[in-house]
Amino acid sequence: MSEILDAPATDTAMVRVSALTKSYGGGASWLSRLGKGGPSTLKALDGVDLDLRPGEILALVGESGSGKSTLAKILVGSTTPTSGDVSYRGASAPSHRDRETSRRVQMVFQDPYSSLNPRLTVGRMLAELLLLHRIVPRREVRAESIRLLNLVGLEEEVLGAYPSQFSGGQRQRLAIARAIAVRPDVLIADEPVSALDVSVQATILELFTSLRAELGLSILFIAHNLAVVQHLSDRVAVMYLGRIVEVADTREIFARPRHPYTRALIDSIPRMREASVNDAFELDGEPPSPYHVPAGCRFHPRCALAGDACRATDPPLLQVGPAHLSACLKADELAAIPLPDPAQELP
Amino acid sequence: MTTAVVRASRAMRRPARSRALRPWYRNGILVAGIVIVGLLVLVAVFAPLLSPYDPITQDLNHTLEAPGAHHWLGTDKYGRDVLTRLLYGARIDLRVGFLAVLIPFVVGSVLGALAGYFGGWFDAIVMRIVDVFFAFPFYVLVIVLVFVLGAGESSIYLAIAAVSWVSYAKIMRGELLVAKKQDWVVAARLGGMSHARVLMRHIGPNVLSQALIYAMSDIVMDIMAIVTLGYLGLGIAPPTPEWGSMILDGQEFITTQWAQATIPGLAVVLTSLGLSFLGDGLSDLLTPERRR
Repeated sequence: MSEILDAPATDTAMVRVSALTKSYGGGASWLSRLGKGGPSTLKALDGVDLDLRPGEILALVGESGSGKSTLAKILVGSTTPTSGDVSYRGASAPSHRDRETSRRVQMVFQDPYSSLNPRLTVGRMLAELLLLHRIVPRREVRAESIRLLNLVGLEEEVLGAYPSQFSGGQRQRLAIARAIAVRPDVLIADEPVSALDVSVQATILELFTSLRAELGLSILFIAHNLAVVQHLSDRVAVMYLGRIVEVADTREIFARPRHPYTRALIDSIPRMREASVNDAFELDGEPPSPYHVPAGCRFHPRCALAGDACRATDPPLLQVGPAHLSACLKADELAAIPLPDPAQELP
Repeated sequence: MTTAVVRASRAMRRPARSRALRPWYRNGILVAGIVIVGLLVLVAVFAPLLSPYDPITQDLNHTLEAPGAHHWLGTDKYGRDVLTRLLYGARIDLRVGFLAVLIPFVVGSVLGALAGYFGGWFDAIVMRIVDVFFAFPFYVLVIVLVFVLGAGESSIYLAIAAVSWVSYAKIMRGELLVAKKQDWVVAARLGGMSHARVLMRHIGPNVLSQALIYAMSDIVMDIMAIVTLGYLGLGIAPPTPEWGSMILDGQEFITTQWAQATIPGLAVVLTSLGLSFLGDGLSDLLTPERRR
């Protein structure tokens, strides 16, 4: 893994974002400015650097409102960034994407109930995409559709069915089939299991793993808790208030979290044994409003380790170990505090 | 495929036996609407076969006759058979009602859909125009326009079209504002589809039902408008049989020959009822996904 990391990154990244920012509401109307005197700019993304490597599953984890979905929207091109750059295989992605560029990066949405057109049968939904992108000749559309359905664990007989005839998990399978129908290189999955029953979640997670293996997809898997991605992802990126605060291999981040926010997320995973519960890093309250990002380190108001330096300095994302980046001034101090039960974290 | 992936399609849900998904002929309201409107249309089409009389030729020897064997609903003050005029009146009123809905349905829906989908300056302009038309009461505007354009069938079409397209525009704009935020619309765009394709093939079939259902009640409104204009003497010129002018002609004999004004009025009620049923039934039939 490390030889990939040490190579020049521009060659290895499937998708790379650098210094990406996205603000909302900068051009508020005179009426809303009149109403309240406060700042009206919401910084959904505040300088995000991240790369997705070929064939990897990268988990993007963070609380609601941390900007995960905004990043996803920018990556698929349905929103334009305020500043910064998105590059695809080393080439800068245009803000207005043509059919071919949009084909390469596909998305699976959070809510499987609103992500399928209620008036299209499964067969017509897939056929339209296959023909539009000339994936297969017309006479092979049916065979290809069946192949796609089989890939996601559904069978031929669903071709004539409408989305309303499926359960949430099945709909999510259909949404995945639609996304891979156009043979993308990259799949952005925006909390694809959070709307599903726990019993169904595992099967969908396994589906992502098998798709990566069979199709060689690079997958950005967005989740709001670490437990979901522990056994799925190769790497984990943790996001807080519009910025990436820690990136590392999954094993590494679970074994040696180097940002107190990551630590808090790990400690918040429900466990079977009372002894393993540690509330030293428990998060209090809501994350601060993205309208008023705290000065200094953006995490300091909720951080157990916060000191004076944290209130003054906004820490950059720095290398803290092999293939391990963290944006914490006390990353070394944190490393000295043992995890409650590290053995349990590792499979 | 690995064993990990369950064969989920085995568990595909059977279509639920819900109100919305049962076959159309099991929907009582819809069937009632189809029967009533169907009968009215048949009556209008076959009026010449159903009645031996002419609706316009006067027979001054038999004026104001009571209902009887020869004239089932009696005759009017010019000796014309009331039933015959009622049947022929259905031709005019239904034709104008249906045709007057077509132009505003198409124009209003398209403008509203484009305004809602694209937003921006186009939306602003269309909606300000809509506001202007909304500010006037329906009948005031229709009557003014008929005055300006001159009485006659084509003036009525134009007047109603000019006034009622705004409702379709509002309905479709609202539908589009909701629809364009749906993930499946975003997904269609990510699939590389053009705006035109997304609008016509994906959003269109999902939102048009609302405008269609409204059109059913709008036909009722238009028929009422024609009848009202006829009653006010601004509608279809006499001696063409038309329900509104029949009510106008009949009201001077309301104390002696009450049927003269009442029967055409009941015909309007029956038509409205049939179209309302049809609209309700269609809304059940066309929007099964709303129940989720």
